[in-house]
Amino acid sequence: MGLGPMLLLALMEGLVLAAVLALAASGLSLVFGVMRVVNVAHGAFFMLGAVAAYVVAAWLGGPRWAGFLAALAMAPLAVALLAMLADILILRRIAHAPEATIVATIGLMYMIEQGTLTLFGPDARAVAAPFDFRLQLPWFGYSGYKLFVVLAAVVLLLALWWLMARSKAGLVMRATQLDPDVARAFGINVDRVYSGVFAFGAALAAIAGVLIVPIQQAHYLMGASTLLLSFIVVIIGGLGSLPGTLLAALVIGLSDGIISMFWSPTLAKIIATLLVTLVLVFRPQGLFGASRA
Amino acid sequence: MTPLPRSGRRAILKGMGAGLLAGAGVLPVSVGAQAAPLRLGFQLHRTGIGASYGRWYERTTVAALKHINEAGGILGRPVEILFEDDATDPRRGSEVVDKLVTRDKCELVFGTLFSDVVMASAPRAGELKVPFLICSEGYQLPAGDLNRWTLQPGIADVRAQIRPMVPWIARNLGKKVAMIFPDYAFGHDHRDFFTETMTEHGGEVVAKIAIPPTETSFTRYFAQIPKQAEVIYHVMVGPAVLTFVKELGDFYGSGARPELFGFIDSLEAVDTTTPGLEFLEGSHFWEGHPRVKPADAGEFEDDYRAAVGVDDKGASLDNPADIATYGHMFSTWETLFFIKQAMEAANYAGPQDRQKLVETMEAITDLPYGIEHPQGAKIFNGRTHQVFTPQYISQIRDGLPVKVHQTAIEDSYYPDAVDYTTKSF
Repeated sequence: MGLGPMLLLALMEGLVLAAVLALAASGLSLVFGVMRVVNVAHGAFFMLGAVAAYVVAAWLGGPRWAGFLAALAMAPLAVALLAMLADILILRRIAHAPEATIVATIGLMYMIEQGTLTLFGPDARAVAAPFDFRLQLPWFGYSGYKLFVVLAAVVLLLALWWLMARSKAGLVMRATQLDPDVARAFGINVDRVYSGVFAFGAALAAIAGVLIVPIQQAHYLMGASTLLLSFIVVIIGGLGSLPGTLLAALVIGLSDGIISMFWSPTLAKIIATLLVTLVLVFRPQGLFGASRA
Repeated sequence: MTPLPRSGRRAILKGMGAGLLAGAGVLPVSVGAQAAPLRLGFQLHRTGIGASYGRWYERTTVAALKHINEAGGILGRPVEILFEDDATDPRRGSEVVDKLVTRDKCELVFGTLFSDVVMASAPRAGELKVPFLICSEGYQLPAGDLNRWTLQPGIADVRAQIRPMVPWIARNLGKKVAMIFPDYAFGHDHRDFFTETMTEHGGEVVAKIAIPPTETSFTRYFAQIPKQAEVIYHVMVGPAVLTFVKELGDFYGSGARPELFGFIDSLEAVDTTTPGLEFLEGSHFWEGHPRVKPADAGEFEDDYRAAVGVDDKGASLDNPADIATYGHMFSTWETLFFIKQAMEAANYAGPQDRQKLVETMEAITDLPYGIEHPQGAKIFNGRTHQVFTPQYISQIRDGLPVKVHQTAIEDSYYPDAVDYTTKSF
């Protein structure tokens, strides 16, 4: 295959990765931005979204698009509920202390993974894409569903932007992010905002999981690589900055696509991790993060 | 925290002592007429990326155990198997061997599958001087990389699996092959042995595409398949294989495409009729043990399937959506029967006989077809500690793998790379 077609394929693949990463990483970025905590269980929520999509689709039966739409609606809700419970029962009890939250969410991740193994099993399960459409280019074929994923991610991220910038809920979240004490003084129930944000972050990860599951499969260990990449994206973009996260997702996704295609995926991961190291050394606040005094 | 008062501590110790004695009296210890049970350790991939195999390995082993115990056990002693999860993790693997032998007092350990876990665990078995029977198909054992305590009597190694595939592929599919394999020992073995044998038969490997074992997306690799490839040879393991096939189908679509030859490792525990796998229709696979019961199946095939709970299509009798890892799980059944045969021949009495047991195993050659060896008749090579078996080729027809070819045991032979019998224990 010629250089041109290879580059095109690389960019298309990279765009799909960027789309999924953008969704997953925004959830992580939001949680850190507002709550100032690191959620190591984020990959587990992503995985739960995929697993829940399988469960919903299998239970509903019927035409594929119906199962998929139901999954898109129900899986993030279920995962958000679980995350909210986790925040109320665990994180609130440790007052969202940073180190304690890291340890607690590691434990949560293990519990979710092993629980999924016990209930869902060790096998990878497929979920059919809502529609079968192949784009046939002169040099290669491409799944139409993958292009849909990119489109869906763009729509969802626009919705997220509107929510953060234009809605009251977004205003409350941004206020809490700026200064939780002042927000409290203004009558905002910070604990409730935290639970809501944690749940919302998990829901974003779960949506990413639902979108990806027809492309990959649902498997109880699938959260690990997403977790790593989400962290890379969030650190490079700037903790707490959504535009930064989106830009970083695009950079990481496209570069991964190109480097993987022309060299090797391992090299792509090495470079992504190197980028994080450089950012941490030279610009710890990331591309767009505010430097903390 | 205030320390317990001295009297309190003594009371607890006394209570513990009493409880221990009471428990000893209650435990089913061998007293009098009943013979002491024989305890074997099984290193199981219950979790981790090998978990799909682990489930079926456990199920098959338990079925074999039941069969053996119902027939009187080994040397009149009931057999117990202790399953320990190694999480398909090399580090944990050697800890599991340790635990099974030193804490749980098992006579030997068997069952390990993934080659990286085998590599990490076998040395520990060697240090502990305990027979270690793997169900792995890795080539490291007959290559001489392991120790005299390690044996593989239940399943052929990849070199033996690959060799007889090559002439069939060259004759029926093509001679210019692009290889896709996972980038670790198991995949490297496929790369090396297939290339070596294909070159012997006048063919050529036009691409060697190594994929990280944890990869989830494969489209980027297909771009590397050269135009002149007549055959794509694929052996993928792990949960991503379904994606692999789907993306292969997306990439080539209905246009011109090379022939496919895969190893069923790609599809173990996967339903071949799953939507998205249509691209495999008409393509061929190596199978260790045909998943769909062949028309000319041996007389013991039905009994074996009933015992392990699998129907004629290779699915669980309890759930038709639950597909067995049928191409590999027979190895655990056959290994347990091999252990029985060797222990009886050696009149095994306990850990002091472990070395004698291995020496007895080394002397075994013929393993005829029967309920003990339902995959087929075998020949055990005592020098390389490796068994040789028939191999099967199947074609996907109407979504199901149908056996089309069976190789002779001798087709797999290659020169011995090691003679463990000359090595020290």
